[in-house]
Amino acid sequence: MGIVKLRKNFHQAKWDEPIIFELSTPGERGILVPQVEKEIEEVVGDGLSDLPPHMIRKEPPKLPEISQNRVLRHYLRLSQETLGADINIDIGQGTCTMKYSPKINEVLVRSPKVTELHPLQDESTIQGALEIMYKLDLLLRKLSGFDRFTFQPGGGSQAIFTMASIIYKYHKVHGNDHKDEIITTLLSHPSDAAAPKVKGFKVIDIPPDPETGYPDLEASKEAVSRRTAGLIICNPEDTEIFNPYVKEMTEIVHEVGGLCAYDIANANGIMGIVRPVDLGFDMSFYNLHKTFSSPHGCGGPGVGALGVKKELEPFLPVPVVEYDEKNKRYYLKYDLPHTIGKVREFYGVFPAVVRAYAWMMSLGEEGIKEVARVAILNNNYVMTRILKKVKGASISFPKTKYRVSQVRYTFEKLAEDTGVRVEDIIRRMADFGFHLWTSHHPWIVPEPFTIEPTESYSKDDLDEYIEGLKTAAQEAYENPEIVRNAPHQSTIHKIADLSMLEDPEKWVPTWRVYLRKYGKK
Amino acid sequence: MEKKKVGLIVNPIAGMGGRVGLKGTDGWDIVEKAIKLGAKPWSPERAKRVFKKLLTIKDEIELLTYQGEMGERVAVECSFEPKVIGKPASARTTAEDTKRAAREMVKQGVDLIIFVGGDGTARDIYDSIGLDAVVVGVPAGVKMYSGVFASSPEAAGELAVRYLKGEIKDMIEQEVLDIDEEKFRQGVFSVRLYGYLRIPFDKRYIVGGKSTTSINEKLNQEAIATDVIEDMEDNCYYIIGPGTTTKTILKKLNLDYSLLGVDIIYNGELVGKDLNEKQILEIIDGKKAKIIVSPIGGQGYVFGRGNHQISPAVIRKVGGKPNIIIVATQQKIISLRGRPLLVDTNDRTLDKELSGWYRVIVGYKERLMYRVEPG
Amino acid sequence: MVIKKDGKIIVHPYIPNSVPEVQEEMLKVIGVSSIEELIDKVIPKELQFKGELGLPEPLLSEYELKRHVMKILSKNKTCEECLCFLGGGTWPHYVPAICDEIASRAEFLTAYAGETYEDHGRWQALFEYQSFMAELLDMDVVSVPIYSWGHAAGTSIRMASRITGKNEALIVDTISPERRRIIENYVEPHVKIKWIKHDPETGMMDLEDLKSKIPSNTAAVYFENPSYLGFIETQGKEISEIAHDKGALVVVGVDPISLGVLELPSHYGADIVCGDLQPLGIHMNFGGGLAGFVATRDDPKFVKEIPYRIFGLAKTIVEGEYGFGDLAFERTSFMVRETPTESKEFVGTAAALWGIVAGVYLALMGPKGMWEIGKTIMQRSKYAMKRLSEIEGVMVPRFKAPHFKEFVVDFNATNMTVKEINARLLDYGIIGGIDLSRDFPELGNSALYCVTEIHTKEDIDRLHDALEEIISGRRKR
Repeated sequence: MGIVKLRKNFHQAKWDEPIIFELSTPGERGILVPQVEKEIEEVVGDGLSDLPPHMIRKEPPKLPEISQNRVLRHYLRLSQETLGADINIDIGQGTCTMKYSPKINEVLVRSPKVTELHPLQDESTIQGALEIMYKLDLLLRKLSGFDRFTFQPGGGSQAIFTMASIIYKYHKVHGNDHKDEIITTLLSHPSDAAAPKVKGFKVIDIPPDPETGYPDLEASKEAVSRRTAGLIICNPEDTEIFNPYVKEMTEIVHEVGGLCAYDIANANGIMGIVRPVDLGFDMSFYNLHKTFSSPHGCGGPGVGALGVKKELEPFLPVPVVEYDEKNKRYYLKYDLPHTIGKVREFYGVFPAVVRAYAWMMSLGEEGIKEVARVAILNNNYVMTRILKKVKGASISFPKTKYRVSQVRYTFEKLAEDTGVRVEDIIRRMADFGFHLWTSHHPWIVPEPFTIEPTESYSKDDLDEYIEGLKTAAQEAYENPEIVRNAPHQSTIHKIADLSMLEDPEKWVPTWRVYLRKYGKK
Repeated sequence: MEKKKVGLIVNPIAGMGGRVGLKGTDGWDIVEKAIKLGAKPWSPERAKRVFKKLLTIKDEIELLTYQGEMGERVAVECSFEPKVIGKPASARTTAEDTKRAAREMVKQGVDLIIFVGGDGTARDIYDSIGLDAVVVGVPAGVKMYSGVFASSPEAAGELAVRYLKGEIKDMIEQEVLDIDEEKFRQGVFSVRLYGYLRIPFDKRYIVGGKSTTSINEKLNQEAIATDVIEDMEDNCYYIIGPGTTTKTILKKLNLDYSLLGVDIIYNGELVGKDLNEKQILEIIDGKKAKIIVSPIGGQGYVFGRGNHQISPAVIRKVGGKPNIIIVATQQKIISLRGRPLLVDTNDRTLDKELSGWYRVIVGYKERLMYRVEPG
Repeated sequence: MVIKKDGKIIVHPYIPNSVPEVQEEMLKVIGVSSIEELIDKVIPKELQFKGELGLPEPLLSEYELKRHVMKILSKNKTCEECLCFLGGGTWPHYVPAICDEIASRAEFLTAYAGETYEDHGRWQALFEYQSFMAELLDMDVVSVPIYSWGHAAGTSIRMASRITGKNEALIVDTISPERRRIIENYVEPHVKIKWIKHDPETGMMDLEDLKSKIPSNTAAVYFENPSYLGFIETQGKEISEIAHDKGALVVVGVDPISLGVLELPSHYGADIVCGDLQPLGIHMNFGGGLAGFVATRDDPKFVKEIPYRIFGLAKTIVEGEYGFGDLAFERTSFMVRETPTESKEFVGTAAALWGIVAGVYLALMGPKGMWEIGKTIMQRSKYAMKRLSEIEGVMVPRFKAPHFKEFVVDFNATNMTVKEINARLLDYGIIGGIDLSRDFPELGNSALYCVTEIHTKEDIDRLHDALEEIISGRRKR
């Protein structure tokens, strides 16, 4: 047990690093390109003579010219100015599941046996890759109860889109033209509503019951009709209040011939405790870059691993990985009779698959169950302490006392008492070396913040974070200006002019636009 | 930052009736009654709380106000040096004084008008300047049905400061409601929609983060209107209730409309504008009809605040719940904080029949299941 | 507690709070007696799964885990061990050491969605990536990386539909078969696709067919340059004129590594440009290195239709100091309803790290590097085409047009299928080009070969010699 101390003297790296274009020195070279051998030059000349003149680039691109170690230095400094999960107690990015990404997995994916593989190589040369994909498929089948997984979707939202595409194709094949509605809940991820619309569906949101916080069953019953094509929901939703009537919901939708899709991007608290197939779902997806430890990479790449019941296999995007028992070889199967086609070229982000596989193999059955159990323990511990120690904080839907693996809190009281708002607290937390995140839209919980401890942080870590939150809240009451004008110990100060991000005349999407609109700095 | 001009209008008699159980202080006879009952002026104190917030930008604003109790006294007491641009006609301030002050402020090019009062004051501001200026309402009245008021004097001050500092760029039009005096005299409690005022809209900007979407009210209304129009049936009368969200439907069809009244569309054409109950019943007699309404005011009344023309008789004739379409922007729904939508048609049985779950249209091809209950 | 079968309690390195004493303490604070009790409070008992999932025993030591996984992976034969000529959507290019270095920096690898304060470096790195691409493409606005080229193309077409208010897209039939399937799924049901024929001689778009198929309801004309089949579409200007004349937008998909030498789509009329970043310093990763992008000019009409994040510069409260933020956030996942195309699609975790790496690559290469690499690729692929054409029975390039990096090799006169040839090539330690016979039946037994800066003269000669032997051997029979 260590000492829990808030790092009052923390200061984020601040290099005042200019935009890289300003480092440019004409003539400097970062890397040299291999020139062709003399013999080739003799045969083909400069290689450009075949090109009609109008197809040759006239002006070179105005990229900066910087020597190699200067480029390295620049990016290393930017990297220092980034608070990755490896370097902080990252429980404040709720719904992101910022757990530990084991470094052994990085060693594995940096092997040329992963990096130097082309997906279209002859199958005999990629048996190792196909085997890992197939084996992860098997592991996830056991975890979820589904019959087949694909790793093609490049993230959770793309997986939701894939599920919506499957629902669309399923009804098209069955001649159900009248089925044009998808039901979701207001507190499910915004993509659960956005993605179905891309396939032309009308979306019906079920709101949470204001007392309990989980979707109102009566409302669900009223929402379902013969026009219901399917259900796409999270459970638990962002508030991590498990809906005890989820099975009733899937039953109602099945009764009218709809399909039930389960968004378990936030599966960390239910693995091994609940099996998606038992809740009545026909398909679901896991985020390999959240629950299964593949690192977030600043926003990707990732994988939304989609699992389906046998009946829906024919609709999966192609190809799927199959195993030929007789000849003991893995192969790619393309002939799925009702495939939706593809959502991504080739088979998915293979490194994420390798990491997820390694992670699951390291933990095994007991370990994975322990992950969920400790995620729940950590979360309720943090919640108990926040409610006791952090002034002005409370939980959304207080009637439901406990949560699964994350909590949506509210600083409503703090805002009322002090005028300080959650955005200010977030910026102040940066002064202690922490992230804090609010909520997806819509903000039906006012002044929201969402904390997801996961299983990766120790009790001391959690206590340190809570100390930070407690301090920021206290300052809101005793010294609000320091919170409102935060951050003071971060890389930059508070953003001032929001019109630079909203007004088309003023906005700056790239450096060249900046130079044009504002002249040289 | 060049100095911003801020107009301040205090209605000194607002709120005096509240403490002593009177319904509003719209006239001096009521005020005198109130004073006899021991009432003291309330709004000046409320105004002072706003000034506490304004102090942070004292040197960046030029304050314009009327003499004495209409703003000057309070401003001076809070260490401001206001420019006095006029005075009330007599010691007993009236609605006319409020209106004159507002008009003068607009003439002088104010960036913002802060008014302290209740629905009556809001009504006066609307009558005199409509949407010609951006205003912030400081709640100090008894009747506070309008959506133009901030939740507290501090919140009003915050909103004003952020707007003046340029941190808020968007505006939203909020309803001005007030008790229908005519009906009230006849012993009927009826809240009427008077108009709209422009309020700064705090969009709650977070720089970055995972959250997608903030809410643009106008785009939301257009999305809703497009959805409604797409689903409109032929040979069916559509009774459109008052409000900016519902009227966007008529705007989109390039039809004339009455913002505060009830209009009827049939096969894409306007067949009646600003109709009363009798006219509505005549038009839809024996025909297929639907009602399109949106919640009005801060409490989420779908019937009973501002659309009394859609009477129980009309609602019954249309066929009740199955033929009622409710539209609402996300902003409106969020402001309800989970409370149900309410109906108060004056017919308790009908209110019960209308209660239940509705598919509220909140966007293009987007519905939200929402409960309606008797209010 | 993790209990092994023989009763021992294991504390897993990934789960600090699996120490039993710590758990006891925490349970006390919460006020429950066990984690099971807590679980029962949050998840109804009747919905809980009680039993064995059937997952394997854990490989508890890191050493065992590494051996286990490497054993499987070692069954792969890589493009370093074999000589690989595959392209078709992901290509073997050289990845500079600095790119690998930055891609493996723990901070960048594990950051996610922090603000411009505590994650400032990430925002700046991505803004710089956007800026590099803007210079490479000569277009003002570039989005943060999205899943892949295919997805970006689908989005670009939907954008065009929203902007023009029309719902048909004309696409040339030589685009990548993978991207074709993605686009088809992505635009249905809102946009109808009409396929435009290509000229069998040059491979390029058949302009007459385009003119005949472009009624006034076309939202977009989409083609790829260089084409999936390797030839360069030189009629960009004409295509744009025809499209713009009918009120349609021009969407072009590009391979950015060609843009050091090839003329830019934005110069011959493209309104929206998309493509993939993989050639810019990202390993192939068995197809996991893809990262798409969408670029437009700085016109609010276009920018507000881009459904993905765009990082913009913003001033802070300190004079001269800059931070970043999301540009016009409302664009994402919200809708403006003037158009038949329904929604602004969806946004989520996509491929940001690859954007940063592509930025590093472009910073290292600079303008001279991009010119050099374009030139050397053209020289090498031209040399390869020349050498292979010396083999009797082989027609290369199939299309009479200039090529970049990839080209179609026609084996029809050899009486061998591409499948057979590729099987034989493996014996020589060579991975042959993509078999096009299924997706492009009109080309018969043809393969798509890819030659980049990594292929030396020796490599190309080796390919020639192997093919020569394989084909002549068969021919002699």
